[in-house]
Amino acid sequence: MQYENEMKLEFMSKSQNEAFARVAVAAFVSQLDPTLEELSDIKTAVSEAVTNAVIHGYENGAGTIFVTCRLQGKEAHIEVHDQGKGIENIKQAMEPLYTSKPELERSGMGFTVMETFMDEVKVCSIPGDGTTVYMMKRLHSV
Amino acid sequence: MLNVECSMNNRSMIIKIQGEIDHHTSEMIREKIDKAYERYNAKNMIFDFSDILFMDSSGIGVIMGRYRNSSQKGGHVAVVHLQPQIERVFQLSGLHKIIHQFDSIDEAIKMLQ
Repeated sequence: MQYENEMKLEFMSKSQNEAFARVAVAAFVSQLDPTLEELSDIKTAVSEAVTNAVIHGYENGAGTIFVTCRLQGKEAHIEVHDQGKGIENIKQAMEPLYTSKPELERSGMGFTVMETFMDEVKVCSIPGDGTTVYMMKRLHSV
Repeated sequence: MLNVECSMNNRSMIIKIQGEIDHHTSEMIREKIDKAYERYNAKNMIFDFSDILFMDSSGIGVIMGRYRNSSQKGGHVAVVHLQPQIERVFQLSGLHKIIHQFDSIDEAIKMLQ
């Protein structure tokens, strides 16, 4: 599918890049003139997906995170991809309050936040190969 | 960028955070709060959210952890001045069921005594 506009980010898997990623995506989506609430939803969802890549994908180790954002009409399509360890059981990972790392005081709400704040969330993962989180937000303000 | 200030009023510790709460900043926030909580021998914690510009689910983890610590001392956790985006993360996580919400710090201090 040919999109009207597209951008790609590639950055090291470091927690300080979580803020960079959400702000960069929000800045790109801004051209669709979203409301503050819509922008805030997108920032929060991107932050959750990138945090998952840092903590779970690469387990706070070295790696590269890829973020793609595509705009089509009223829709923002966002993909967050890592080449980390992957998810064995996606269904379990997406359950509210489930966390594989309770010792880190994680709330286990990352996927629930993404699903609530975005219109579509899909997760593809191959254990040992990596994870891609695809999210779509339909903007009503456009 | 990020500033965490803790002050005491009676046995309630008031925590004012300025900046964004995400996975990156949550570690530092947690450490500062826990040290101050012990130093002040506080019981309750009141989070002043007026200057928090962003919070994702990492913030839920921070508050849940502090709730646990204060419960062990028979204390309570309260929040004041929640911004709409953060309010939604709160509702979603069910935190509003265990964390008290007030309109002002004075009201929170009074109610938690």
